Amino acid sequence: MRDPLALGDDALIAAQRLAMWCARAPELEEDVALANIALDQLGAARLFLSCVGDEDELAYLRTDREFRNVLLVELPDADFAVLIAKLLFLSAFQHLNYGALAAGTGQLAEIAAKTVKESAYHLDHATQWTLRLGDGTTLSHQRMQAAVDEVWPYTYELFEDVPELRAPWLSTVDGVLTEATLTRPADTADSWKPTGGRSGRHTEALSYLLAELQVLHRAYPGASW
Amino acid sequence: MTPYAAAASVVDPELPLVTIAELGILREVTEDPGGRVTVSITPTYSGCPALDAIRADIATALTRAGYHDVEVRTHLSPPWSTDQITAAGREKLAAAGIAPPGPVLLQIRPRCPVCGSPDTEELSRFGSTACKALWRCRTCAEPFDAVKPL
Repeated sequence: MRDPLALGDDALIAAQRLAMWCARAPELEEDVALANIALDQLGAARLFLSCVGDEDELAYLRTDREFRNVLLVELPDADFAVLIAKLLFLSAFQHLNYGALAAGTGQLAEIAAKTVKESAYHLDHATQWTLRLGDGTTLSHQRMQAAVDEVWPYTYELFEDVPELRAPWLSTVDGVLTEATLTRPADTADSWKPTGGRSGRHTEALSYLLAELQVLHRAYPGASW
Repeated sequence: MTPYAAAASVVDPELPLVTIAELGILREVTEDPGGRVTVSITPTYSGCPALDAIRADIATALTRAGYHDVEVRTHLSPPWSTDQITAAGREKLAAAGIAPPGPVLLQIRPRCPVCGSPDTEELSRFGSTACKALWRCRTCAEPFDAVKPL
Protein backbone atom coordinates (compact mmCIF):
# COMPACT_ATOMS: atom_id res chain seq x y z
CA MET A 1 0.00 0.00 0.00
CA ARG A 2 1.65 3.21 -1.20
CA ASP A 3 -1.22 5.71 -1.10
CA PRO A 4 -0.31 8.26 1.60
CA LEU A 5 -3.98 9.18 2.06
CA ALA A 6 -4.93 5.57 2.82
CA LEU A 7 -1.86 5.08 5.05
CA GLY A 8 -2.63 8.30 6.92
CA ASP A 9 -6.32 7.50 7.31
CA ASP A 10 -5.60 3.98 8.64
CA ALA A 11 -3.31 5.51 11.26
CA LEU A 12 -5.60 8.44 12.10
CA ILE A 13 -8.73 6.36 12.64
CA ALA A 14 -6.76 3.72 14.58
CA ALA A 15 -5.37 6.52 16.78
CA GLN A 16 -8.84 7.88 17.52
CA ARG A 17 -10.20 4.42 18.43
CA LEU A 18 -7.18 3.70 20.67
CA ALA A 19 -7.47 7.08 22.36
CA MET A 20 -11.03 6.21 23.39
CA TRP A 21 -9.49 3.68 25.83
CA CYS A 22 -7.72 6.47 27.69
CA ALA A 23 -8.83 6.19 31.36
CA ARG A 24 -10.86 3.04 30.50
CA ALA A 25 -8.21 0.33 30.14
CA PRO A 26 -8.22 -2.55 32.66
CA GLU A 27 -5.07 -1.34 34.44
CA LEU A 28 -2.99 1.81 34.63
CA GLU A 29 -0.03 0.43 32.68
CA GLU A 30 -2.37 -0.60 29.88
CA ASP A 31 -3.95 2.82 29.86
CA VAL A 32 -0.52 4.36 29.33
CA ALA A 33 0.42 1.76 26.71
CA LEU A 34 -2.70 2.29 24.59
CA ALA A 35 -2.34 6.06 24.79
CA ASN A 36 1.29 5.73 23.68
CA ILE A 37 0.33 3.54 20.73
CA ALA A 38 -2.42 6.01 19.83
CA LEU A 39 0.18 8.78 19.89
CA ASP A 40 2.49 6.83 17.57
CA GLN A 41 -0.40 6.25 15.16
CA LEU A 42 -1.31 9.93 15.29
CA GLY A 43 2.30 10.87 14.54
CA ALA A 44 2.31 8.54 11.54
CA ALA A 45 -1.04 9.95 10.38
CA ARG A 46 0.28 13.52 10.51
CA LEU A 47 3.37 12.63 8.47
CA PHE A 48 1.42 10.74 5.80
CA LEU A 49 -1.43 13.26 5.54
CA SER A 50 1.08 16.11 5.24
CA CYS A 51 2.30 14.42 2.03
CA VAL A 52 -1.19 14.91 0.60
CA GLY A 53 -2.16 18.38 1.82
CA ASP A 54 -3.00 20.33 4.97
CA GLU A 55 -3.20 17.80 7.79
CA ASP A 56 -5.88 19.69 9.74
CA GLU A 57 -8.14 20.17 6.73
CA LEU A 58 -7.79 16.51 5.83
CA ALA A 59 -8.49 15.26 9.35
CA TYR A 60 -11.21 17.68 10.38
CA LEU A 61 -13.06 18.76 7.26
CA ARG A 62 -13.60 15.65 5.16
CA THR A 63 -16.82 13.65 5.26
CA ASP A 64 -16.90 9.88 5.81
CA ARG A 65 -17.06 9.22 2.05
CA GLU A 66 -13.72 10.99 1.59
CA PHE A 67 -11.81 8.79 4.07
CA ARG A 68 -9.73 5.93 2.62
CA ASN A 69 -9.04 3.82 5.71
CA VAL A 70 -9.83 0.10 5.86
CA LEU A 71 -12.99 -0.86 7.73
CA LEU A 72 -10.93 -2.79 10.30
CA VAL A 73 -9.69 0.36 12.06
CA GLU A 74 -13.10 2.03 12.34
CA LEU A 75 -14.92 -0.96 13.91
CA PRO A 76 -16.06 -0.24 17.46
CA ASP A 77 -14.05 -1.98 20.19
CA ALA A 78 -16.87 -4.08 21.63
CA ASP A 79 -14.57 -5.29 24.40
CA PHE A 80 -10.88 -5.46 25.26
CA ALA A 81 -10.39 -8.67 23.28
CA VAL A 82 -11.73 -7.03 20.12
CA LEU A 83 -9.34 -4.13 20.63
CA ILE A 84 -6.42 -6.54 20.93
CA ALA A 85 -7.47 -8.62 17.90
CA LYS A 86 -7.73 -5.45 15.80
CA LEU A 87 -4.37 -4.18 17.04
CA LEU A 88 -2.69 -7.52 16.34
CA PHE A 89 -3.98 -7.71 12.77
CA LEU A 90 -3.36 -4.02 12.03
CA SER A 91 0.12 -3.77 13.52
CA ALA A 92 1.26 -7.00 11.83
CA PHE A 93 0.11 -5.46 8.54
CA GLN A 94 1.57 -2.02 9.19
CA HIS A 95 4.91 -3.49 10.23
CA LEU A 96 5.22 -5.46 6.98
CA ASN A 97 3.90 -2.65 4.81
CA TYR A 98 6.15 0.00 6.38
CA GLY A 99 9.10 -2.35 6.02
CA ALA A 100 8.38 -2.75 2.30
CA LEU A 101 7.95 1.00 1.86
CA ALA A 102 11.14 1.79 3.78
CA ALA A 103 13.13 -0.31 1.32
CA GLY A 104 12.24 2.16 -1.43
CA THR A 105 13.20 5.79 -1.88
CA GLY A 106 11.58 9.18 -1.43
CA GLN A 107 9.46 10.82 1.22
CA LEU A 108 7.23 7.80 1.91
CA ALA A 109 10.31 5.63 2.44
CA GLU A 110 11.70 8.15 4.97
CA ILE A 111 8.45 8.17 6.92
CA ALA A 112 8.17 4.37 6.78
CA ALA A 113 11.73 3.96 8.07
CA LYS A 114 10.55 5.85 11.16
CA THR A 115 7.16 4.19 11.65
CA VAL A 116 8.38 0.63 11.05
CA LYS A 117 10.40 0.80 14.27
CA GLU A 118 7.39 2.02 16.25
CA SER A 119 5.04 -0.58 14.77
CA ALA A 120 7.35 -3.34 16.04
CA TYR A 121 6.44 -2.27 19.58
CA HIS A 122 2.72 -2.23 18.74
CA LEU A 123 2.89 -5.73 17.29
CA ASP A 124 4.77 -6.98 20.30
CA HIS A 125 2.24 -5.46 22.68
CA ALA A 126 -0.74 -6.97 20.84
CA THR A 127 1.09 -10.32 20.71
CA GLN A 128 1.69 -10.35 24.48
CA TRP A 129 -2.00 -9.71 25.18
CA THR A 130 -3.19 -12.26 22.62
CA LEU A 131 -1.05 -14.90 24.32
CA ARG A 132 -2.20 -13.88 27.78
CA LEU A 133 -5.89 -13.89 26.89
CA GLY A 134 -5.90 -16.83 24.47
CA ASP A 135 -3.81 -19.07 26.70
CA GLY A 136 -5.36 -17.73 29.90
CA THR A 137 -8.59 -18.74 31.62
CA THR A 138 -11.51 -20.52 29.97
CA LEU A 139 -13.41 -17.24 29.82
CA SER A 140 -10.52 -15.14 28.46
CA HIS A 141 -9.87 -17.83 25.83
CA GLN A 142 -13.53 -17.83 24.77
CA ARG A 143 -13.68 -14.08 24.47
CA MET A 144 -10.35 -13.79 22.62
CA GLN A 145 -11.46 -16.50 20.18
CA ALA A 146 -14.80 -14.73 19.69
CA ALA A 147 -12.95 -11.48 18.97
CA VAL A 148 -10.64 -13.14 16.42
CA ASP A 149 -13.66 -14.72 14.69
CA GLU A 150 -15.55 -11.44 14.63
CA VAL A 151 -12.72 -9.29 13.30
CA TRP A 152 -11.16 -11.80 10.90
CA PRO A 153 -13.39 -11.08 7.84
CA TYR A 154 -12.21 -7.46 7.89
CA THR A 155 -8.55 -8.44 7.50
CA TYR A 156 -8.94 -9.41 3.82
CA GLU A 157 -9.38 -5.75 2.87
CA LEU A 158 -5.85 -4.94 4.11
CA PHE A 159 -4.35 -6.87 1.19
CA GLU A 160 -6.48 -5.65 -1.72
CA ASP A 161 -3.65 -3.45 -3.00
CA VAL A 162 -0.74 -5.53 -1.66
CA PRO A 163 -1.72 -9.21 -2.08
CA GLU A 164 1.96 -10.20 -1.79
CA LEU A 165 1.96 -9.19 1.88
CA ARG A 166 -0.76 -11.64 2.94
CA ALA A 167 1.51 -14.70 3.06
CA PRO A 168 4.08 -13.13 5.39
CA TRP A 169 1.26 -11.56 7.42
CA LEU A 170 -0.44 -14.94 7.81
CA SER A 171 2.85 -16.43 8.91
CA THR A 172 3.20 -13.84 11.70
CA VAL A 173 -0.43 -13.99 12.79
CA ASP A 174 -0.64 -17.79 12.59
CA GLY A 175 2.36 -18.12 14.86
CA VAL A 176 0.80 -15.88 17.51
CA LEU A 177 -2.67 -17.49 17.33
CA THR A 178 -1.23 -21.00 17.52
CA GLU A 179 0.90 -20.18 20.54
CA ALA A 180 -2.16 -18.56 22.13
CA THR A 181 -4.11 -21.83 21.55
CA LEU A 182 -6.54 -19.94 19.32
CA THR A 183 -8.02 -21.19 16.06
CA ARG A 184 -7.55 -19.11 12.95
CA PRO A 185 -10.77 -18.88 10.89
CA ALA A 186 -10.39 -20.91 7.69
CA ASP A 187 -10.16 -19.31 4.26
CA THR A 188 -12.97 -20.65 2.10
CA ALA A 189 -14.20 -19.66 -1.33
CA ASP A 190 -17.34 -18.15 0.13
CA SER A 191 -15.66 -16.41 3.10
CA TRP A 192 -17.34 -13.09 3.84
CA LYS A 193 -14.89 -10.33 2.91
CA PRO A 194 -16.38 -6.93 3.77
CA THR A 195 -14.75 -4.14 1.77
CA GLY A 196 -15.24 -0.58 0.56
CA GLY A 197 -13.08 1.50 2.88
CA ARG A 198 -10.41 2.29 0.29
CA SER A 199 -13.09 3.75 -2.00
CA GLY A 200 -14.92 5.65 0.75
CA ARG A 201 -17.76 3.24 1.50
CA HIS A 202 -17.62 2.86 5.25
CA THR A 203 -19.61 1.40 8.12
CA GLU A 204 -21.92 3.52 10.24
CA ALA A 205 -19.27 3.42 12.99
CA LEU A 206 -16.98 5.81 11.11
CA SER A 207 -19.60 8.57 11.06
CA TYR A 208 -19.92 8.54 14.85
CA LEU A 209 -16.14 8.44 15.24
CA LEU A 210 -15.72 11.42 12.90
CA ALA A 211 -18.45 13.37 14.67
CA GLU A 212 -16.42 13.20 17.87
CA LEU A 213 -13.09 13.80 16.11
CA GLN A 214 -14.29 16.80 14.12
CA VAL A 215 -16.89 18.59 16.22
CA LEU A 216 -14.52 21.06 17.87
CA HIS A 217 -12.79 22.11 14.67
CA ARG A 218 -16.09 22.44 12.84
CA ALA A 219 -17.59 24.57 15.63
CA TYR A 220 -14.45 26.69 16.09
CA PRO A 221 -12.50 26.63 12.80
CA GLY A 222 -8.76 26.92 13.36
CA ALA A 223 -9.03 26.44 17.13
CA SER A 224 -5.67 25.64 18.74
CA TRP A 225 -4.33 24.96 22.22
CA MET B 1 28.20 31.97 21.32
CA THR B 2 28.09 30.03 18.08
CA PRO B 3 24.63 29.22 16.71
CA TYR B 4 25.36 25.52 17.29
CA ALA B 5 26.21 26.12 20.94
CA ALA B 6 23.00 28.11 21.40
CA ALA B 7 20.83 25.42 19.83
CA ALA B 8 22.68 22.64 21.64
CA SER B 9 21.94 24.27 25.00
CA VAL B 10 18.18 23.70 24.64
CA VAL B 11 16.92 21.05 27.06
CA ASP B 12 14.33 18.47 26.13
CA PRO B 13 10.93 19.53 27.56
CA GLU B 14 10.01 15.98 28.61
CA LEU B 15 13.49 14.97 29.80
CA PRO B 16 14.62 18.35 31.12
CA LEU B 17 17.91 16.95 32.41
CA VAL B 18 19.41 16.35 28.96
CA THR B 19 19.94 18.74 26.08
CA ILE B 20 18.62 18.06 22.60
CA ALA B 21 22.24 17.57 21.48
CA GLU B 22 22.82 14.91 24.13
CA LEU B 23 19.56 13.22 23.18
CA GLY B 24 20.76 13.04 19.58
CA ILE B 25 17.82 14.89 18.05
CA LEU B 26 19.83 17.98 17.03
CA ARG B 27 21.19 17.11 13.61
CA GLU B 28 22.78 20.20 12.10
CA VAL B 29 23.06 23.95 12.55
CA THR B 30 24.17 26.13 9.63
CA GLU B 31 24.53 29.89 9.21
CA ASP B 32 24.50 31.43 5.75
CA PRO B 33 26.45 34.62 4.87
CA GLY B 34 23.29 36.68 5.34
CA GLY B 35 23.11 35.60 8.99
CA ARG B 36 20.20 33.20 8.56
CA VAL B 37 20.48 30.22 10.88
CA THR B 38 18.95 26.89 9.88
CA VAL B 39 18.57 24.22 12.55
CA SER B 40 17.76 20.60 11.65
CA ILE B 41 16.15 18.36 14.24
CA THR B 42 14.61 14.89 14.14
CA PRO B 43 11.80 13.52 16.36
CA THR B 44 12.43 10.61 18.73
CA TYR B 45 8.99 9.14 17.99
CA SER B 46 6.87 10.35 15.08
CA GLY B 47 4.08 11.40 17.44
CA CYS B 48 6.39 13.14 19.92
CA PRO B 49 4.21 15.91 21.36
CA ALA B 50 7.25 17.89 22.50
CA LEU B 51 8.42 18.78 19.01
CA ASP B 52 6.55 22.10 18.79
CA ALA B 53 7.92 23.14 22.18
CA ILE B 54 11.44 22.18 21.09
CA ARG B 55 11.13 24.26 17.92
CA ALA B 56 10.00 27.26 19.95
CA ASP B 57 12.78 26.76 22.52
CA ILE B 58 15.42 26.63 19.76
CA ALA B 59 14.13 29.86 18.23
CA THR B 60 14.15 31.51 21.68
CA ALA B 61 17.68 30.33 22.51
CA LEU B 62 19.07 31.55 19.20
CA THR B 63 17.29 34.89 19.46
CA ARG B 64 18.76 35.39 22.94
CA ALA B 65 22.21 34.59 21.53
CA GLY B 66 21.76 37.33 18.94
CA TYR B 67 20.56 35.34 15.94
CA HIS B 68 17.25 36.79 14.83
CA ASP B 69 16.67 35.01 11.52
CA VAL B 70 16.07 31.37 12.48
CA GLU B 71 14.47 28.47 10.70
CA VAL B 72 13.93 25.08 12.36
CA ARG B 73 13.50 22.14 10.00
CA THR B 74 12.41 18.62 10.88
CA HIS B 75 14.13 15.74 9.13
CA LEU B 76 13.09 12.11 9.43
CA SER B 77 15.98 10.46 7.65
CA PRO B 78 17.96 8.75 8.93
CA PRO B 79 15.47 7.88 11.67
CA TRP B 80 16.46 8.63 15.26
CA SER B 81 17.85 5.75 17.24
CA THR B 82 18.61 5.49 20.94
CA ASP B 83 22.16 4.70 19.81
CA GLN B 84 22.44 8.44 19.09
CA ILE B 85 22.12 9.44 22.75
CA THR B 86 25.60 10.65 23.72
CA ALA B 87 27.71 9.22 26.54
CA ALA B 88 27.14 12.40 28.57
CA GLY B 89 23.40 12.08 27.94
CA ARG B 90 23.39 8.50 29.19
CA GLU B 91 25.22 9.47 32.34
CA LYS B 92 22.76 12.27 33.07
CA LEU B 93 19.77 10.01 32.48
CA ALA B 94 21.17 7.39 34.84
CA ALA B 95 21.94 10.04 37.46
CA ALA B 96 18.32 11.21 37.29
CA GLY B 97 16.96 7.70 37.85
CA ILE B 98 16.12 6.97 34.22
CA ALA B 99 17.87 3.88 32.91
CA PRO B 100 19.72 4.65 29.66
CA PRO B 101 18.98 2.36 26.70
CA GLY B 102 21.11 -0.60 25.73
CA PRO B 103 22.29 -1.07 22.16
CA VAL B 104 19.46 -1.66 19.67
CA LEU B 105 18.82 -5.32 18.78
CA LEU B 106 20.32 -6.50 22.04
CA GLN B 107 17.69 -7.46 24.61
CA ILE B 108 19.24 -6.84 27.97
CA ARG B 109 17.68 -5.77 31.22
CA PRO B 110 18.60 -2.24 32.28
CA ARG B 111 20.42 -1.91 35.58
CA CYS B 112 18.47 -0.28 38.38
CA PRO B 113 19.50 3.40 38.30
CA VAL B 114 19.04 3.58 42.09
CA CYS B 115 20.99 0.60 43.46
CA GLY B 116 22.73 -0.67 40.32
CA SER B 117 21.27 -4.17 40.53
CA PRO B 118 20.96 -6.02 37.22
CA ASP B 119 17.98 -7.97 38.61
CA THR B 120 15.18 -5.87 37.12
CA GLU B 121 11.86 -6.63 35.43
CA GLU B 122 9.74 -4.83 32.88
CA LEU B 123 6.34 -3.72 34.18
CA SER B 124 5.11 -2.14 30.97
CA ARG B 125 6.71 -1.54 27.61
CA PHE B 126 5.11 1.91 27.51
CA GLY B 127 5.90 4.59 30.07
CA SER B 128 5.40 8.24 30.92
CA THR B 129 6.60 9.43 27.51
CA ALA B 130 6.67 7.81 24.07
CA CYS B 131 10.36 6.99 24.39
CA LYS B 132 10.33 5.28 27.81
CA ALA B 133 9.20 2.00 29.38
CA LEU B 134 8.32 1.24 33.00
CA TRP B 135 10.59 -1.12 34.97
CA ARG B 136 11.03 -2.29 38.54
CA CYS B 137 14.12 -3.36 40.47
CA ARG B 138 13.75 -6.77 42.13
CA THR B 139 16.55 -6.00 44.55
CA CYS B 140 15.52 -2.62 45.99
CA ALA B 141 11.90 -2.73 44.71
CA GLU B 142 12.17 0.75 43.21
CA PRO B 143 10.13 1.35 40.04
CA PHE B 144 11.96 3.38 37.39
CA ASP B 145 11.70 4.70 33.84
CA ALA B 146 13.97 3.27 31.16
CA VAL B 147 14.61 4.75 27.73
CA LYS B 148 13.58 1.95 25.40
CA PRO B 149 15.87 0.92 22.55
CA LEU B 150 14.66 2.18 19.15
